Amino acid sequence: MRLVFLAALAIASVLGAGTAAAERLVASLTNHHVMITSSYTGVELVLFGSVEPDAASLGRHGSYDIVATITGPRQSLRTRRKERVLGIWVNTQARTFVDPPGYLAVLANRPLDAITNADNLRRLQLGIANKPLPELIHNDIGEVSNDPFRAALVRLMTERGLYSEQSNAVTFLTPTLFRAAIALPAQVPIGDYAVDVKLFVGGTLIAHTESAFEIVKVGFEQFVVNAARDHGILYGLAIAMMALLTGWIASVAFRRD
Amino acid sequence: MQIYLPIADIPVNVFLVLAMGLAVGFLSGMFGIGGGFLMTPLLIFIGVQPAVAVASVTTHVAASSFSGAIAYWRRKAFDGTLALTLLAGGIVGSAGGVALFTWLRTLDQLDLVIGLSYVTFLSVVGVLMVAESARAINRSRQGKPAELRRPGSHVWFHGLPLKLRFKRSKVYVSAIPVLAIGFIIGVIGAVMGIGGGFLLVPMLIYLVRVPTATVIGTSMVLIFITMTATTVLHAATNHLVDAVLALILMVGGVIGAQFGARAGQRLRGEWLRLLLGLLVLSVGLRFAFDLVLRPDDVYSIRLIGGAI
Repeated sequence: MRLVFLAALAIASVLGAGTAAAERLVASLTNHHVMITSSYTGVELVLFGSVEPDAASLGRHGSYDIVATITGPRQSLRTRRKERVLGIWVNTQARTFVDPPGYLAVLANRPLDAITNADNLRRLQLGIANKPLPELIHNDIGEVSNDPFRAALVRLMTERGLYSEQSNAVTFLTPTLFRAAIALPAQVPIGDYAVDVKLFVGGTLIAHTESAFEIVKVGFEQFVVNAARDHGILYGLAIAMMALLTGWIASVAFRRD
Repeated sequence: MQIYLPIADIPVNVFLVLAMGLAVGFLSGMFGIGGGFLMTPLLIFIGVQPAVAVASVTTHVAASSFSGAIAYWRRKAFDGTLALTLLAGGIVGSAGGVALFTWLRTLDQLDLVIGLSYVTFLSVVGVLMVAESARAINRSRQGKPAELRRPGSHVWFHGLPLKLRFKRSKVYVSAIPVLAIGFIIGVIGAVMGIGGGFLLVPMLIYLVRVPTATVIGTSMVLIFITMTATTVLHAATNHLVDAVLALILMVGGVIGAQFGARAGQRLRGEWLRLLLGLLVLSVGLRFAFDLVLRPDDVYSIRLIGGAI
């Protein structure tokens, strides 16, 4: 495992997307394809990387800070609020959120507001609070500030383990080598995930790099999904036959007379 | 043992789902009901999306009612003429119910209507059954005949035209109330996503005076036909039937239904009706509490467009 880690790190260093800034930031993941099989119950990916200082940065003071943002496939969601009407609880109001990420994790080595100032966080859209989550308002799409529906969406997604903001998830193994665990719960949406890693020194963004992974169904699971989607009637007939066969087998097996 | 459900997109414990199938199958075999009104809330409770739960439960209901129907067919405890007449009304009712379902969804109040329908139908049917069966049990305790059929039990709509003789059930009534019952079951089944056995059985017993001996077998045959058709329709239109979930449920369901059918034959009719009444009433009250009590969270989120 350690060998794989080091080998992957070496590849990552070669391919790593360095920027024109003084430091080079390289990062990669332990796995770029998460396969969903019949025994899938959630998985943990490891993001690792290193900061490579160069001559210009050696004189600079301050330690490195890493903020990694993992964004899952987008899906439209509706947040509804219940109110009491004539003694029963009824959904009275609802807001439609246009394409919010189905998974969002913000991982850092210390609290975001300690890494850089609020202006920078807002400008770089770092942290769940600064992520734009546009709503549909009378056929217009826009941001609503201090919206209780937005707060409810974030809270409900956090309860399901789909949204998270952790200020201790990134650990520096050496002053330049870091790792972070990405927890993917069982209910993660299927699709492409983007990983964005930003390096800060003394509150200033120095470098950033991107990576990606995808979550796919394979084998029998993929076969069932394809059959259900592309051949609905045949799939339905097959399941109906399966139901009747199961019922018939049971009645034969349990026949006493 | 956890297994990942390909369409529902969540992992579940195989033995938990199997046990749920067994338990609901037992009750369905015992009372001649499909069990959809019990299974759908259970699946939603363990985290399956409501739409996938409703679509997959129809398959479970088809399997367990088919195995039950065969068992009753062998004992000839089934009335073909009655089943066909009900089916004719049921097909028209299903079409009307699907149209009503679509219209309610555009109003964004489908959940409320489903909740209210569960409360109303389950509570009313439950209370009526418990009251009637308690009276019948009381009568038989005092040594009087427990059988309902007596000269005065002929109701006005039995005398409507189009009289049919349902030989096996030993009733001679107008086809109109039978068709109407089929129609109502069809509408309710499509809107609530259930087979409707828990409504059909008491309606046939109390309104048409079908004896308990043939009512359960007839109801089983009707449910297995409508639920098989609904499975295919759900798969063809919504693509939400989960084959893996359906298979686990139906294996548990058919085994449970066999034991349930045997247990049901040993119990006396009025006790069977009392137990079913209590079961129906308790599920109805559970739904009523959900509507009346303040929810843990007044907010909820719903995915638009479905998972696949």
